Amino acid sequence: MAMPRYDKLVFEIGAPGRVGYSLPASDVPVEDPRAGIPDSYLRREAPALPEVSEFDVVRHYSRLSQLNYGVDTHFYPLGSCTMKYNPKLNETMARLPGFARLHPLTPPASAQGALGLMHDLAQMLGEIAGMDAVSLQPAAGAQGELAGVLMIRAFHRANGEKRTKVLVPDSAHGTNPASTALAGYQVVQLKSLANGDVDLADLEAHLAPDVAAFMITQPNTLGLFEQRILEITDLCHARGVQVYMDGANLNAILGITRPGDLGFDVCHFNLHKTFTTPHGGGGPGAGPVGVKSHLEPFLPAPVVVRRGEAYALDWKRPKSIGKLQAFWGNFGMLVRAYTYIRTMGPDGLREVSENAVLNANYIMARLAKDYDVAAPGPCMHECVLSARKQKKLGVTAMDIAKRLLDLGFYAPSTYFPLIVEEALMIEPTETESKETLDAFCDAMIQIAREAEQSPAVIHEAPVTTSVRRLDQTRAAREPDLRWAPRR
Amino acid sequence: MRYIGNTRDNQREMLGVIGAGSLEDLLVRIPAKVRLARPLALPPAMAETDLVRHLRALAATNTDADHAVCFLGGGVYDHYTPVTIDHLISRGEFFTAYTPYQPEASQGTLRTIYEYQTMIAELTGMDVANASIYDGGSSLAEAALMAASVTGRAEIVLAAGVSPLHRRVVATYCEGPAVRLRDAAARDGVLDLDAARAAVGAKTAALVVQSPNFYGCLEDLAAAAEIAHAAGALLVVAADPVNLGVLQAPGRLGADIVVGEGQGLGVPLSYGGPNLGVFAAKQEFVRRMPGRLAGATVDLDGQRGFVLTLQTREQHIRREKATSNICTNVALCALMATIYLSLLGKQGLVRVGELASAKAHYAAERLGAVPGVSLAFGAPFFKEFTLRLPKAPERIVARLAKQKILAGVPLKAFDRRLADGLLVAVTEKRTKDEIDAYAEALARAVA
Ligand SMILES: Cc1ncc(COP(=O)(O)O)c(C=O)c1O
Repeated sequence: MAMPRYDKLVFEIGAPGRVGYSLPASDVPVEDPRAGIPDSYLRREAPALPEVSEFDVVRHYSRLSQLNYGVDTHFYPLGSCTMKYNPKLNETMARLPGFARLHPLTPPASAQGALGLMHDLAQMLGEIAGMDAVSLQPAAGAQGELAGVLMIRAFHRANGEKRTKVLVPDSAHGTNPASTALAGYQVVQLKSLANGDVDLADLEAHLAPDVAAFMITQPNTLGLFEQRILEITDLCHARGVQVYMDGANLNAILGITRPGDLGFDVCHFNLHKTFTTPHGGGGPGAGPVGVKSHLEPFLPAPVVVRRGEAYALDWKRPKSIGKLQAFWGNFGMLVRAYTYIRTMGPDGLREVSENAVLNANYIMARLAKDYDVAAPGPCMHECVLSARKQKKLGVTAMDIAKRLLDLGFYAPSTYFPLIVEEALMIEPTETESKETLDAFCDAMIQIAREAEQSPAVIHEAPVTTSVRRLDQTRAAREPDLRWAPRR
Repeated sequence: MRYIGNTRDNQREMLGVIGAGSLEDLLVRIPAKVRLARPLALPPAMAETDLVRHLRALAATNTDADHAVCFLGGGVYDHYTPVTIDHLISRGEFFTAYTPYQPEASQGTLRTIYEYQTMIAELTGMDVANASIYDGGSSLAEAALMAASVTGRAEIVLAAGVSPLHRRVVATYCEGPAVRLRDAAARDGVLDLDAARAAVGAKTAALVVQSPNFYGCLEDLAAAAEIAHAAGALLVVAADPVNLGVLQAPGRLGADIVVGEGQGLGVPLSYGGPNLGVFAAKQEFVRRMPGRLAGATVDLDGQRGFVLTLQTREQHIRREKATSNICTNVALCALMATIYLSLLGKQGLVRVGELASAKAHYAAERLGAVPGVSLAFGAPFFKEFTLRLPKAPERIVARLAKQKILAGVPLKAFDRRLADGLLVAVTEKRTKDEIDAYAEALARAVA
């Protein structure tokens, strides 16, 4: 059934004079709130904001929400994003007034619960990753990467070394080269093997004295565990090169193996992936970064420390790379992640990864006949398929994604990693049941049949969503980025 | 196990389809040498009731703005947050979706981003706003880098009133690209225009001014714009969008880029994060902007629809040449702001500003009249101001916290010349009674 068509913007509803707020009358003896402020500093007319009632707002945004697919309503196998169920308990805990209504500049003595939670969460993440110290400050994965690479830079500099390059495989997520460049490094792209593994000989050839770091994703972006990881990290260390792990795929290895034990010097976490904080339509997330002890002096300041029985923010970090955001981290997300880890416990977390891996392999096994598998398995928590077979029939990965929307599923990640032709990256997560996976696999198999027999239905798709395929070219050529009244 | 779908029977059946004997068979690529041979050393799993008890106890040790009267500011504020916001953002279709990569199944998110961009552009007086940056600090940092890239210059001049917390973030982001920071001094709490004129020159990419500044004082943005533009530099303004119902849009005063912390637009305090990084600029810079942008277009049937656009600026396409490394942003906080601005609307935002200003001016008068206490600066202010106290502000703050008054932010840690300074914020939520009680408590504390 088609979603109800609803084509309003908030500016197109309401009526002049209508209000949706409730504010008290002024109770202070100040006649003119603008007195004392120079005229030229003041706005002359009220901003052109909506004039709507509270109920208008509720109806409007409820209707808009219905134009979305989310994890709560739809299977959302978006690879690399770990779209697992976001427990409702986390939400209730994050909304406790003691957390949600706590101002960041409250004297630390009056914020001991919050600081204690942060301290303990950092310790737990350190244990999970086998890292010696963790900063909770980065706001998302990309900011964790920036922090990590800046720490590596500061480390080399402190050792009097001038290294200018960072090696990043061609299979990496776009933020890896972007963060590396932002940290002031020249990015050298390495060619991966067909299965996403590092080409060791090629790596060795690139490990010149001016290389500061090697940055990889483990398991790699094809969903495979990099088997020769110890050789890789040893080789890098022998050349004075730091090794960074993009921890986006941590959901595959909880309690099974740890980045620190694999020889990594730095890794970031995506709490919005592995640790069930909601994705919010694009964020917020949280991207804590963990390091081995040699990088600890460079952690973002301030660091939450325990002094006797009390917790404090330690600002005296002369070697710190500085601050990444104004305050201490995306605390609301930290409360959710903490709640999740305490809910699951050590055995639960291991079961998370085992089931994430099982689910991905199940999908791969069920679809291997109808789609090309990008690399032979077993895979870890996600599997990458290629629609190259279908492309020969004129059906692309994008077409398949659109058809899935009609069949009641959000789409896998498409065209990532870049080294796989017509990539479909499927990450089911452990929270989905076998019934859902079966329904999804049935739909994928149906699409493979349609590609052979009735491709028109795929090319037409989607037809059940509130809009059909959208003109991206027009959007980019004539950017229309804000609403204006029709003249 | 909670949150895991598969039963033992399911697992057995699935392993059969895969052709694996056990879960272990799926992990063969992980060398034995790197396996964790013990359980993670974490506390054992907790039942919901126990965990709720534990977290409630932790939360209760914090002195939050529901259990004390909050005069804390410094970038984030205890503003009025209509309860409706949380109900709407909690809808799973918004809450549990991600970046709208499949626009046909994400029109709800895309439409709200487009609405958000429109509202922020209107408030700031800019042509375009993006879908958000992490927070006010990182937004300012991105603005500094964008100014450097637009002008081809590598020096940023920051007015002394820019939040020292944000300045530290700017410094971190400017380290890699080797953009240098210079400071322009203040006089009586506001940017010294002579100092600014001396600091801004042919190498300056941007002059950065925050108004109201960290100390609460309103800056002369038009004068700052003149200085920046005379040197061929951009003017970057950091502004709190909640204030812009009453205060002039920085774009009208000559700003080229406007950033700010948007927490006051309905985002919970949440101990400082997640916040909302507002980012807006003039049209001519749109292709150099960081972050996501939603745009209107049409579908195959000619119906209006929305997509993420101008993506060739972004990391997933441009990689190391992207305008920023940002990927995940703070979309949900932008949604809170969109709903907030819809509810407050044309009249409400003005009212919020008027109330906050009236109460702040009343509070300044009352607190400034306490013997030994004075206002630090003569410059005009809006909802926040700096006091000088006759006793160590840290001590006063600790004492008043016991009386459930969060009295303000001691400034010593931020500015050594203001060791006796206390930054006090007063929002529209504070009542006359609360302000009077604060003044009386302060009088006792400093006596
Ligand atoms: C492999 C990988 N690395 C890095 C990132 C960036 O993380 P974030 O979006 O939290 O900045 C992502 C997420 O989208 C990812 O999938």
